[in-house]
Amino acid sequence: MLFEIEVNGKTIKAKRGDTLLMALQRNGIKVPTLCHIKDLLPSGACRMCVVEVEGRQGLIPACSHPVEEWMKVHTHSPRVIKARKTNTELLLSNHPDDCLYCERNGNCELQKLAEDLNVRERRFYGKKNKYKTDPSSASLLRDPAKCILCGRCIRVCEEIQKITALDFIGRGNKTQVGPAFNKGMNLSSCINCGQCVMVCPTGALAEKQYPAKLQDALHNPSVKTVIQCSPTLSVTLAEEFGLRAGKDLEGVMFAALRKLGFDYVFDTSFAADLLITEQASEFYNRLQTGKSLPMFSSCCPAWIKYIEQSYPEMLDNVSACKSPQQMLGALITHHFAPQQGISVDDIYSVSAMPCIAKKFESQREQMTHKGITDVDLVLTTRELARLIRLNGIDIEQVEPELSDQPYQSRSSAGKMLAVSGGLTEAMIRTLHHLITGKDTNQLKIQELRSNKDRKEYFVKIGAFKLGFAVVNGIGNIEALLTEIKKGRNDIHYIEVMACEGGCVGGGGQPIHPENDNVRARAKSIYELDEKESNRFAHQNASLLEVYKSFLQNPGSETSLNHLFTSYEEREVMR
Amino acid sequence: MQVALDEIINRYKAGSRESLLPLLQDIQVEYGYLNEEAILKVGKHIKLPSSKVYGIATFYDQFRFVQKGKFHIKVCRGTSCHMHGSLSLLKEVERVLHLKEGQTTRDGRFSLEAVSCMGACGSAPVLNVNGYFKTAVTIPDIAQIIDFYRNLI
Amino acid sequence: MDEKQFLIEKVLATKADLNIQEVADYMSLIRHDTVNIPIIYIGSGTCGKVAGANETLQAINRYLNEKNILSEIVQVGCIGLCSFEPLVDIQLPGKARISFRNITHDLVEPLFDDIFNSEVPYESVLGQFSNKRHNRWENVPLLNELPFFKLQHRIVLANCGISNPDSVSDYIARGGYQTYLKCIRNYTGEKICNIVDQSGLRGRGGGGYPTGQKWMVAHNSVSDQKYLICNAAESDPGAFMDRAVIEGDPHLLLEGIAIAAYAIGATTAYIYVMDEYSQAYFMLNQAIIQLKEYGFVGYNIFDSGVDFKITLVRGPGAFVCGEETALINSIEGKRGMPRPKPPFPAIQGLFGKPTVINNVETLANIPFILRHGPQRFNEIGIPEARGTKVFAISGKAMITGLVEVPMGTKIKDIIFRIAGGVKDGKDFKAVQIGGPSGSCLPVSKLDLPVGYESLWNEGAIIGSGGMIVMDENTCMVDIAKFFMNFLQKESCGKCIPCREGTRRIHEILESITRRPTGESGFEVLERFKGIMQLTDLAEVIRDTSLCGLGQTAPNPLMSAMKWFREEFEEHVFDRKCRAGVCKELRLFYIDVDKCIGCVACLRKCPVNAIVGQPRQPHFIIEEKCIGCGICFDVCKFVAVKLK
Ligand SMILES: Cc1cc2nc3c(=O)[nH]c(=O)nc-3n(C[C@H](O)[C@H](O)[C@H](O)COP(=O)(O)O)c2cc1C
Ligand code: SF4
Ligand code: SF4
Ligand code: SF4
Ligand code: SF4
Ligand code: SF4
Ligand code: SF4
Ligand code: SF4
Ligand code: SF4
Ligand code: FES
Ligand code: FES
Ligand code: FES
Repeated sequence: MLFEIEVNGKTIKAKRGDTLLMALQRNGIKVPTLCHIKDLLPSGACRMCVVEVEGRQGLIPACSHPVEEWMKVHTHSPRVIKARKTNTELLLSNHPDDCLYCERNGNCELQKLAEDLNVRERRFYGKKNKYKTDPSSASLLRDPAKCILCGRCIRVCEEIQKITALDFIGRGNKTQVGPAFNKGMNLSSCINCGQCVMVCPTGALAEKQYPAKLQDALHNPSVKTVIQCSPTLSVTLAEEFGLRAGKDLEGVMFAALRKLGFDYVFDTSFAADLLITEQASEFYNRLQTGKSLPMFSSCCPAWIKYIEQSYPEMLDNVSACKSPQQMLGALITHHFAPQQGISVDDIYSVSAMPCIAKKFESQREQMTHKGITDVDLVLTTRELARLIRLNGIDIEQVEPELSDQPYQSRSSAGKMLAVSGGLTEAMIRTLHHLITGKDTNQLKIQELRSNKDRKEYFVKIGAFKLGFAVVNGIGNIEALLTEIKKGRNDIHYIEVMACEGGCVGGGGQPIHPENDNVRARAKSIYELDEKESNRFAHQNASLLEVYKSFLQNPGSETSLNHLFTSYEEREVMR
Repeated sequence: MQVALDEIINRYKAGSRESLLPLLQDIQVEYGYLNEEAILKVGKHIKLPSSKVYGIATFYDQFRFVQKGKFHIKVCRGTSCHMHGSLSLLKEVERVLHLKEGQTTRDGRFSLEAVSCMGACGSAPVLNVNGYFKTAVTIPDIAQIIDFYRNLI
Repeated sequence: MDEKQFLIEKVLATKADLNIQEVADYMSLIRHDTVNIPIIYIGSGTCGKVAGANETLQAINRYLNEKNILSEIVQVGCIGLCSFEPLVDIQLPGKARISFRNITHDLVEPLFDDIFNSEVPYESVLGQFSNKRHNRWENVPLLNELPFFKLQHRIVLANCGISNPDSVSDYIARGGYQTYLKCIRNYTGEKICNIVDQSGLRGRGGGGYPTGQKWMVAHNSVSDQKYLICNAAESDPGAFMDRAVIEGDPHLLLEGIAIAAYAIGATTAYIYVMDEYSQAYFMLNQAIIQLKEYGFVGYNIFDSGVDFKITLVRGPGAFVCGEETALINSIEGKRGMPRPKPPFPAIQGLFGKPTVINNVETLANIPFILRHGPQRFNEIGIPEARGTKVFAISGKAMITGLVEVPMGTKIKDIIFRIAGGVKDGKDFKAVQIGGPSGSCLPVSKLDLPVGYESLWNEGAIIGSGGMIVMDENTCMVDIAKFFMNFLQKESCGKCIPCREGTRRIHEILESITRRPTGESGFEVLERFKGIMQLTDLAEVIRDTSLCGLGQTAPNPLMSAMKWFREEFEEHVFDRKCRAGVCKELRLFYIDVDKCIGCVACLRKCPVNAIVGQPRQPHFIIEEKCIGCGICFDVCKFVAVKLK
């Protein structure tokens, strides 16, 4: 039902049941917000979105107030602007003056607000709360001093991810945000998905960074620096340079990495193909024995931590395959290095990922070999972009190049790991070949391409009637696990991605609070698949070569040795 | 004999968030404060993550995370008591015991808390030691009161 | 037939005939209207206990045992005379009940010696109750003719300090629960909502929202479950009327709750009472057990088909939990942070169901309204505010305690006629009404009648009814600072203006009560800058805060600045506190004529601000002095003086 309201002297249409904010946004009227998260119930905490409604005594928060008929609204009257400005100044009066040194400098909602509201002098002096940063997590860095208590991280972690690692602690102006007992994040139930980082308007939550180590390695001639890039990166890096969301920069990215000084540049999509091949074979084995089904995917480290801490009794069901990052890391140390005659000690292996959980993954005990990690450093998309800018590389002028051998080629199946449901589609392609010996011609599985919380797909392959489930966002896993515990048995393979939309929506991706770029990124991946000549992991030429020369066949002794891993129950503060 | 933690917890229905605060209150009555174990166990019982339990407990004045002193001194900081000089009383207790509001002395004998109005405004300023009220307290009284309890043990 | 059976069958049953002489006599016995043995009443509310009622009670027991006197002791709630606690009343057979004040344990023996010899210790007597059936004591004033009681009109407090709060039969014998039964037997919920609306009752918890209308909204919202919540949080410093009602007459409140719940169609009620109020909690718990025994809670109450259940919740302490949505969160086991409104609780409240939240005093008025009809209630008070209001008087008043007056009574009359004015012969300066959301009114505003709009128009509110009397020794800047400190501590921290604004205001006020010595140019500037911001800041906090706490947080400051501007200016410009409260602003000097040079002060001064030779007059170096006042305290010769 539409009706009319008056905003800033003009009549606009509004829909019954909408909040005032929705009505304004729909009509292109911008009102600043700090605590609002689209699609979640409003909390009304920050008061930035206040507007003046005639006949009302105080100002009204647009984000939480329903739009009512015949409202007369002023969104930018002097009174409103003064209120917003004063509240921003109040926030700043308890905020470190750290912009120049801040992770979010230039992409900070608070900074932007202060700028937009023309804050030009410090009006309020007073005590600032003092906090220590929490560096305990391998993935996340918390700096409570920069926190403005908007509560977005808490709500995303609780309501979307359903992990609830964070909450407000204390009351009033002594409130802070932190995990149980305000201890280190490493002891908490945090699964390192980084979704809180994505919604934090300030630099209070950020990825953990180790830039100095990398700089040293890059400039140390005796160290061979190797970098691998996640399948996702090529379609998300562009945004960091102000280019269209979803624009594919694959070759440009490889070239830029060489300019940065990396000695070898690899594409993790190659390892994605490897993962698909190995996992399909592992799955086929399980299907034949009927053991440990349904099988869970294992490439999302956030999901792995989750099941280790919450459902350790189901660990046998998780595929034992390492993630592509770690597979390639292992290949680099155990295949590439010997092949090139480089000592493992001289290799500095870096990966660029859409994900902050990968930082944690690379430090897992199971991912080391005699105390040496397979991947030394994990960069996020954002960090990589920063590195490129730091080195003065103008991405728009770079000519595309190919990645390095022996892992040069990839299929578009590997690329599909970037999106939720993509892994399953890719798996089915290879599985079909494994079971029937033939390639399927039904390549596009529409059921797995929606942005639903859970996607299910049933298909008959050869003699097997199979059920596939895709869990899109970790918050949706519990419901499925409960169904399975209750005896549901028509599902055989379950793909779990902790981030909504899959890794294109990962916690290391470019932060754009106002734009919904995840879809554009996914679309780009699917388009790429349409155009690709090789759409099957098991047909990847380089991969076949590696099998021939090193791994023999999926599930071989060498594979098990380097590409498979194990899990263990994890004690955390739940 | 102290009632075992599990026994207190099992008085309440599992999974009911409504029982969170009463449960924490019961535990605090029994043990004098809340520790990590209690929070984790309560969380498990009512199926609430410990971050939430902790976050909720720290919101309320009532819950403590350090043991109270053997003698727990509450100084009223309500309006009427303030007008009758309760701030100086508080400062005096802090001075005599060498501690700050909210702390417990190292020997575990005294702890100090400032509360807002104990409902005895007519007899301001008031102070309360382990439930016993002292009314119309003056600064010199403080040292005497503390000495009295010091000599009790 | 035991008491319970008798009351149920002869008084509460559908066909009960209250006019039978047997019933009337029995009830009069339960009420102690007529007594066969001496009855001793002792005020045992928290306030009485604080003043030593427990010790007095022990002394009484000891006395009665030693002397072998057959008698009954009744522990009553508080009658509202805090400064006269412990209060002991004695009712000898045939004689009127007589009240004695400040009976500490050591006074029990002389008092009882006298009274059992029919002699009156006039120095302790307060007054006697009027009762036609008994002989009066000679030369003892009637209680209800004392100025303290004379101007009061007691509806809510009618039985506080008089009846036995432990006893449901006493309550029933005074007509209790018959109104509730009348309601569930004869009235629809809608009718009750209408009656309450017609009575003109408005919420006593601070907001003043018309109670009948609030109920009607909840009554009209369709839901499988609805809730009634009694807000007994009362965390406002300086208010203690709700506690007194609960401790003095718990069944009055419970009957009000039961009627309210029935009216809106709720079968479950919650009472949210601060855990600090241990005695109130205990009394309520016990009273609810009695209700179960009598069958007032449970299923199909007195065959009416009505179900009803009451749950007691102990609030774990946070002022903001008095705010209704915060309170709801707290009951649900969450952090007590207010929710945005709308949706209003009457539509979507506790567990998402329609919920009415009412203050204790509001609900305690309900039995009266339904017993006597809306008209009787509507005749009391003024048009904008009907009925009575209980005020808790504290601070520097001559008599501190609880008074209940008709709405519309002048503030002046409450302070000067009922509470006897300011104590110790000091001059009146201000009265703070409405707690941390309220404001300070000066002498010129004492003619205001208490009510909602009447005070609102002057930027004041009744709030929950705290009235703090301030004398000339009170510093208004200090009071404003005190409230801002309270609020910045109690702010839940959810929204920016309240969380950050209150603390900044508090800091600004701190800065103007801070010692000027050593203040650098920058600090002076910062201080002035701060002061310039105050009004601006207050406006934004008021305009944008989420809940009532923040929206009213600037009130104590703004009202003090409005009415006592010169005191603020003195602090800012002259760096002077006329009341001598702001310690750091005090300036001391040594009177050379009085000083004998004993060096006591010189030795004690923590900053060596005193100079002088032994046996010569000493001097204070003003620039060094931090105003701690130690020299003032140690000088035995009264030579140190305040400038
Ligand atoms: C910060 C704050 C504290 C409050 N504290 C109380 C309180 O202690 N007791 C109370 O009855 N109402 C309190 N209120 C008012 C309640 O929110 C609510 O309006 C009241 O309980 C409604 O009851 P009534 O309609 O009977 O007045 C408070 C409001 C605010 C904003
Ligand atoms: S969080 Fe934003 S405002 Fe704060 S220091 Fe960083 S960039 Fe500046
Ligand atoms: S913006 Fe201002 S503060 Fe920042 S670097 Fe430039 S001059 Fe310095
Ligand atoms: S990284 Fe994920 S799990 Fe950890 S706190 Fe953030 S949102 Fe929660
Ligand atoms: S950490 Fe960031 S998202 Fe979380 S409350 Fe603070 S500012 Fe908001
Ligand atoms: S879904 Fe992808 S980006 Fe998100 S945590 Fe898992 S691996 Fe990382
Ligand atoms: S106004 Fe204050 S108490 Fe109310 S929600 Fe905001 S911060 Fe909390
Ligand atoms: S007031 Fe204190 S600082 Fe000043 S002179 Fe006296 S003792 Fe010294
Ligand atoms: S204590 Fe009094 S008399 Fe003694 S030196 Fe000081 S001012 Fe003089
Ligand atoms: S966006 Fe509306 S209150 Fe924060
Ligand atoms: S102000 Fe101290 S008891 Fe009320
Ligand atoms: S006498 Fe009871 S409140 Fe003071």
